[in-house]
Amino acid sequence: MKLLLSIVVVAALAAVPLWLSDPYLLNALITTGIFVIGAMSLNLLLGFTGQLSLGHIAFFGIGAYVSALTSLGFSVSLPFGLHVVHEPWPPLAGFAIAVLVSGLCGYLVGRLSFRVRGAYFVIVTISFAEVVRLVALNWVELTQGPLALTSIPPMQVGFPGLGEFVFRTKLHNYYLVLGVAVACYLLIARLVRSHVGRAMRGLMENETLAVSIGIDVTKTLTLAAVVSAGICGGAGSLYAHYIKIIDPEVFAFINTVTMVIMVITGGKGTLAGPVVGGLIFGLMPVALRPVMAPEAQWIAYGSALIVILFIMPRGIVPALMQWFPRMKPVTAPGFAKRGVEESA
Amino acid sequence: MGELFQHLINTLVLGGTYALLGIGLTLIFGIMNVVNFTHGILYTFGAYVMFIVVQKFELNFFVALPLSIASGWALGALVELTLLRPLRGSDIDTTMLVMIGAWIAMQSATLWVWGGVAKSVPTPFPDAPLEIGPVSVSWLRLFVLVAAGALIVLTYILINRTRLGSAMRATFQDQDTAALMGVNVNLIYTSTFALGSSLAAAAGALLGPVYVVYPAMGDLAAVKAFAIVILGGLGNITGAVIGGFILALAEELGAGYISSGYRDAMGFLIIIAVLIFRPTGLFPRAERVG
Repeated sequence: MKLLLSIVVVAALAAVPLWLSDPYLLNALITTGIFVIGAMSLNLLLGFTGQLSLGHIAFFGIGAYVSALTSLGFSVSLPFGLHVVHEPWPPLAGFAIAVLVSGLCGYLVGRLSFRVRGAYFVIVTISFAEVVRLVALNWVELTQGPLALTSIPPMQVGFPGLGEFVFRTKLHNYYLVLGVAVACYLLIARLVRSHVGRAMRGLMENETLAVSIGIDVTKTLTLAAVVSAGICGGAGSLYAHYIKIIDPEVFAFINTVTMVIMVITGGKGTLAGPVVGGLIFGLMPVALRPVMAPEAQWIAYGSALIVILFIMPRGIVPALMQWFPRMKPVTAPGFAKRGVEESA
Repeated sequence: MGELFQHLINTLVLGGTYALLGIGLTLIFGIMNVVNFTHGILYTFGAYVMFIVVQKFELNFFVALPLSIASGWALGALVELTLLRPLRGSDIDTTMLVMIGAWIAMQSATLWVWGGVAKSVPTPFPDAPLEIGPVSVSWLRLFVLVAAGALIVLTYILINRTRLGSAMRATFQDQDTAALMGVNVNLIYTSTFALGSSLAAAAGALLGPVYVVYPAMGDLAAVKAFAIVILGGLGNITGAVIGGFILALAEELGAGYISSGYRDAMGFLIIIAVLIFRPTGLFPRAERVG
């Protein structure tokens, strides 16, 4: 049932470009897909360990900048007379390095900030993202500051013996994003159902109890942060090579908020939640565009968040699961059960 | 040397308003335990009320200030009544996300109604600054310092010397006992949130004329307020005042001697450093005033 539903959904998404050729809508789907990947990575932290990272866009932006700089090359002077010159590398190497560097940042942020919890953790992560944004804005020699990095090459994959494939068109990028999204979904699903995933949920539900039975809190949380940041960095890399221009605005707080909204409304702690919430909120501006001014769209956005939190505090997917119990297996085990028990 | 004195004078002016922001948020975040993302909006709102009253209604600058504070009080009370009261008792994350939603909606409303163009507020003060030896300070900034100081003292008296203040302290120490003693707990929640909000509006109304008024001005103010609260310790009003001046000093010296581009990074770096090395704030002993 679960497998069948997943295959049907992926097949339906893969078939979309067959009947949809409008470039504006295709573009909206691609950027939404990239943000859905970001939301899935955020969900790993927020939904499965209970830690709300409101600086998550930092990893996305770092991934975008690292990937862009790797494939564009740069030349910077550092203190003590050091001078670093980097020749352009292929975009695929940029993607790999983006994932690694973002994961490393996730490790550092995790090690430092998991000393604090709750509201404090939230504020540390916001601060981290703002500091990174200010560095991107002010380190003009490396990042071009507000002038933005431009002419970022499109993603490109080499097959031995078959030559290079360049993801030039929107159609190519649509399938690239869909493929990466499915891979990330499978990776996260695998992780949360593993031993480590159970440790994460144990921590979220009762940290003291989890510690007392021998779960290493910092190690588990840091692992979640590394995987989450790495995936988000990968999404950032896809974004950079698709949009082809990156400026410090990518670090805007509103982008983190967008991911949080996607996760919360879809249902945190469910695997399908970020996808459902992401498609709704990612495509909402497309639906609202003909009827509302951009500022009014944001008012609707904020109001929608409040309304959903008031009527469905656990999100859309858990609410659906209560109405259609047979859909249950789509979520991580343990969660659906807990939801039903709580509401009963 | 003259440059250093100039930085210190600027620190005093900036620090006074930062202290107001910090006291406001320490009441809401520190005592009520609400991660208040609308604090920056109240700051923006205070500045816009100042602009509208002075520019559109052509009323006196000194009349506009209390009006702006009163509007901040009213808007804060409205937010508490409509959004926070129904959510009382739900977990901190839900409340925080609702406040984020309110922040997005309200900030976009500001942008929609007043447009994105930065506005400047006309003031009745002479353009020529006051010169004391090598240091110069504009009359407006001097007024901001005096007004902020007066508001800090008033707030201190309100909380420590009045019946409302003791009811507030009692409520946040032990809600049930306070209710048994005849304190209207709901009223206290609303008044505390409104008081904190009105202080944010006051800070905006004072700093708006010094700089310019624009819809996103409150975003940085909100994060700075969080930095001040964390620096001073949750719920610690004296700590918030000291934290405000420390942040202002760090920004002034950072901008003056390191790089003006990183001026706004100081608040964030302070947050990160304090939470990593001294998570209870710099003055942990007096942590629970409320």
